[in-house]
Amino acid sequence: MSELRQIAFYGKGGIGKSTTSQNTLAALVEMGQKILIVGCDPKADSTRLILNSKAQDTVLHLAAEMGSVEDLELEDVLKVGYKDIKCVESGGPEPGVGCAGRGVITAINFLEENGAYENVDYVSYDVLGDVVCGGFAMPIRENKAQEIYIVMSGEMMALYAANNIAKGILKYANSGGVRLGGLICNERQTDKELELAEAMAAKLGSKLIHFVPRDNIVQHAELRRQTVLQYAPDSQQADEYRQLAQKIHANSGKGVIPTPVTMDELEEMLMEFGIMQSEDERLAAIAASDAQAG
Amino acid sequence: MAKDHVNGPEDYEALIEEVLEAYPDKAKKRRAKHLTVSKATDEAPDATTGIASKCDTQKSNIKSIPGVMTVRGCAYAGSKGVVWGPVKDMVHISHGPVGCGQYSWSQRRNYYIGKTGVDSFVTMQFTTDFQEKDIVFGGDKKLEKTIDEINELFPLANGTTIQSECPIGLIGDDIEAVARKKKKETGKTVVPVRCEGFRGVSQSLGHHIANDAVRDWVFEAEESEAVKAYEPGPYDVNVIGDYNIGGDAWASRILLEEMGLNVVGNWSGDATLAEIERAPKAKLNLIHCYRSMNYICRYMEEKHGIGWMEYNFFGPTQIAASLRAIAKNFDETIQENAEKVIAKYQPLVDEVIAKFRPRLEGKSVMLYVGGLRPRHVVTAYDDLGMVIAGTGYEFAHNDDYKRTGHYVKEGTLIYDDVTGYELEKFIEKIRPDLVGSGIKEKYPVQKMGIPFRQMHSWDYSGPYHGYDGFAIFARDMDLAINNPVWGMYDAPWDTPAIAAE
Repeated sequence: MSELRQIAFYGKGGIGKSTTSQNTLAALVEMGQKILIVGCDPKADSTRLILNSKAQDTVLHLAAEMGSVEDLELEDVLKVGYKDIKCVESGGPEPGVGCAGRGVITAINFLEENGAYENVDYVSYDVLGDVVCGGFAMPIRENKAQEIYIVMSGEMMALYAANNIAKGILKYANSGGVRLGGLICNERQTDKELELAEAMAAKLGSKLIHFVPRDNIVQHAELRRQTVLQYAPDSQQADEYRQLAQKIHANSGKGVIPTPVTMDELEEMLMEFGIMQSEDERLAAIAASDAQAG
Repeated sequence: MAKDHVNGPEDYEALIEEVLEAYPDKAKKRRAKHLTVSKATDEAPDATTGIASKCDTQKSNIKSIPGVMTVRGCAYAGSKGVVWGPVKDMVHISHGPVGCGQYSWSQRRNYYIGKTGVDSFVTMQFTTDFQEKDIVFGGDKKLEKTIDEINELFPLANGTTIQSECPIGLIGDDIEAVARKKKKETGKTVVPVRCEGFRGVSQSLGHHIANDAVRDWVFEAEESEAVKAYEPGPYDVNVIGDYNIGGDAWASRILLEEMGLNVVGNWSGDATLAEIERAPKAKLNLIHCYRSMNYICRYMEEKHGIGWMEYNFFGPTQIAASLRAIAKNFDETIQENAEKVIAKYQPLVDEVIAKFRPRLEGKSVMLYVGGLRPRHVVTAYDDLGMVIAGTGYEFAHNDDYKRTGHYVKEGTLIYDDVTGYELEKFIEKIRPDLVGSGIKEKYPVQKMGIPFRQMHSWDYSGPYHGYDGFAIFARDMDLAINNPVWGMYDAPWDTPAIAAE
């Protein structure tokens, strides 16, 4: 067995992290890899497509029911799904109460201490939204994920989020061994999306690992609680995910320390691509519309 | 035992320099601003003490330097330990993990009358005992359950306060919503206090937050029966900032009542919730501990038009001056009564001074206490012929240092938020005849061969307020200083270095 590889998927909320990661991991398993997915999101939907069922029992809910996390057994929370992929969800509080970040820390420590990482080739973390606090940075920290993959698109907020996540990685890159594996662009069909994604990757000192085209088949598969690999293994989209999986597999040890940019630099780049108006353009546009109205 | 004496005030500037030498440059620069010697001033001398000096160039109320040993407390300590904890007929919940409540169990010798566990709860410990799941999922439900259990187990409790520990602020629990809900359900006062320990630089902010909680959750609440039924009288006063350590408030109350005043509230030693609720109906607020409760007095002044004045019941000189100053706010009868009270206790004072002054005359004292006593007790020592070599506060603000100039003579060593190292060095070099500070300082000082009295807890003695308190104070200082044990301090086989010179 090769050495355990730990990767994590981060990205703006709603960007398709869980969908992309589960499809990619389903493709990785085709390549003979043994995989554990750790869902780090209180919504507990990071393993739905692999398990073909709604949210499983989460570490934290079971721990709360039983009294404390020490009362839990690994079997209680470890579920096996598509092609023997092992799945765990950390779970957490409902929105607006408690501390989900602490929950992620608790859950990951529990998994490590109880040997969940034994006998697998890959551990993949799927982490909620932005890096909002220390808890959600847990997979970035020392001895956790070696490579972070940022799922993004050509939308401005997704780029902001990607830059923020890169800042989080940079913070821990020197103390731990964490690196930015690369960007995965989940196509939203915005203007010059591929170019923008590549430019963003270059700004961060990284590369665009794969550009996943938009395809409705993902939606169809998702409605059936399946990955595309399971629902339509022969489809074009399934091949896209296979390519992505291969690229990630081949990317071992090739991560970089990211070079996040300032807000100004980011906005400048967006202007270059015509996504954001510069102040002059904005004034010109207002003048034009005023002239029209007049 | 080698005596490495600093001879007096003229050496203090040099002593400060010497002590600072041990620090790295940055820490040295910062600490230097907290250590001074009181200077001469053009201001008129204080009417009572005849003293005017200046020591307000001091930096204070700023963050302690990491790595030094500070004895400061936290905001929770300021609220639970000082302001709210002594209110006897309320249950004070230490909300969060168990440690904060455990280590503040029993309170600070805030004496009270009542049946503990029946109608009074000061020395009991209540906590929500947070576990990991409460952090992750939030603790509001557990808090509700705790309040329900308290009301069931202790039906005579007149209310609860929620004293927030650090995690409550981190996870953003809505304790105010819980308080409102429980108040509605039970009709009893529930006061949420946001005194998370990480807030502020010392316990001082905790006092302020606790004062604000009185304003927002007691004064601003609907008038209770206790308030509605209360008929205000012309001589009603509140004693504010007397925590009844070892019975201080009782020793003070006697004097005020003997001069014809009606003490309707004592905050917060031996206090009830009703005393707090009806405080705005009094004529005058008398503040003892200015630092911890001036905020609410200023509020009552603005909102209810009640004046406030500081007074000092340590030692006969200050007591007499305070009684007269208090009486001035009332009619001639009260003023005459004040003179009668002073005259009545004069024989006691004379007796105490005749007995102890000869034994204590000229002895030097170094103090390091909280936010009031470093200046307030100075005249009491003076009444016994003792001199203050140095004094300092844990958590005073600039206005406290301004006031200190009325108490300490020019050339007194002043230390703010003193570090363990600095205080030890100062004591070692000055070798005063007595050090008055807290439990953390007590044993190191005694091991240096120097008599010591705890000036937070009165060293399990007290009261020290009032005329009765002064007699006990004088006796205790004598017991400490003239204890024969200090004559046996050097091992008989060691020739004392001083004798060898």
